[in-house]
Amino acid sequence: MNDATLVAGLRAGDAAAFETLLDRYSARLLRLARRFLDSEEDARDALQDAMVAVFKSIGSFESSSMLSTWLHRIVVNTCLMKLRSKRRRRDEIDIEEYLPRFLEDGHQVEPSEPWSESAESMLERDELRAQVRASIDRLPETHRVVLQLRDIEEMSTEETAEILGITPNAVKIRLHRARQALRALLDEHMKS
Amino acid sequence: MIVCREVIAFLDDYVAETLDAERRAEFDRHLIVCRSCVAYLESYRETIRMAKAAPPAIEDVPPELITAILATLARNRGEG
Repeated sequence: MNDATLVAGLRAGDAAAFETLLDRYSARLLRLARRFLDSEEDARDALQDAMVAVFKSIGSFESSSMLSTWLHRIVVNTCLMKLRSKRRRRDEIDIEEYLPRFLEDGHQVEPSEPWSESAESMLERDELRAQVRASIDRLPETHRVVLQLRDIEEMSTEETAEILGITPNAVKIRLHRARQALRALLDEHMKS
Repeated sequence: MIVCREVIAFLDDYVAETLDAERRAEFDRHLIVCRSCVAYLESYRETIRMAKAAPPAIEDVPPELITAILATLARNRGEG
């Protein structure tokens, strides 16, 4: 069943179409929700809420859009609503403080030093993997979401822009700043 | 000759290989002489790799979740 047939089935309220939808997309969408939300319970709730939203709004799905992009948008928005309702961003950083600073002549104020180990070898250690996740969580929501969609979910700039309702240029700027801030957060753990 | 500020401002384009050939050559010339920017570039690339490789601990979709979602949707259809 291709996506167009699937959408027709969903619009007709066909139970088998919803089973196919979950079979095809639930793993990807739950993984996405798990990246956004701390608890497994919240991630599962988000997927369930998102699927109800899909059921209720499938009539407004425009066939010119990609189904997977539309589904991602609904899951991302559901997760963001959950995050905001919990007001949990207690240790979010001010991203400006984590961007490189420059002297008048254009050189960095604090020259960068090489990291002592490769990402591959560091990621073999559980505590470092947890550190990376915790550091991503500290990015401001506006930037964290872009990094999650672009670098982790490997969505294109255009898809990310469509999901978040911002311009592709805003995606590009936020991604670069998010990577720079994450790099700064990891720097102290990675330097020799 | 470009300076560190420019290199770092457009590092995302350099990493994505979307700079034109002339601009890329300028970056390469800077990187030959600037250890700090080389370190920054490498750690920027490692940051992307690490973000990508730090997945959630659980990857599976529990069958009971699928059952619960389908039951909720069935109820919604009944109400519709």
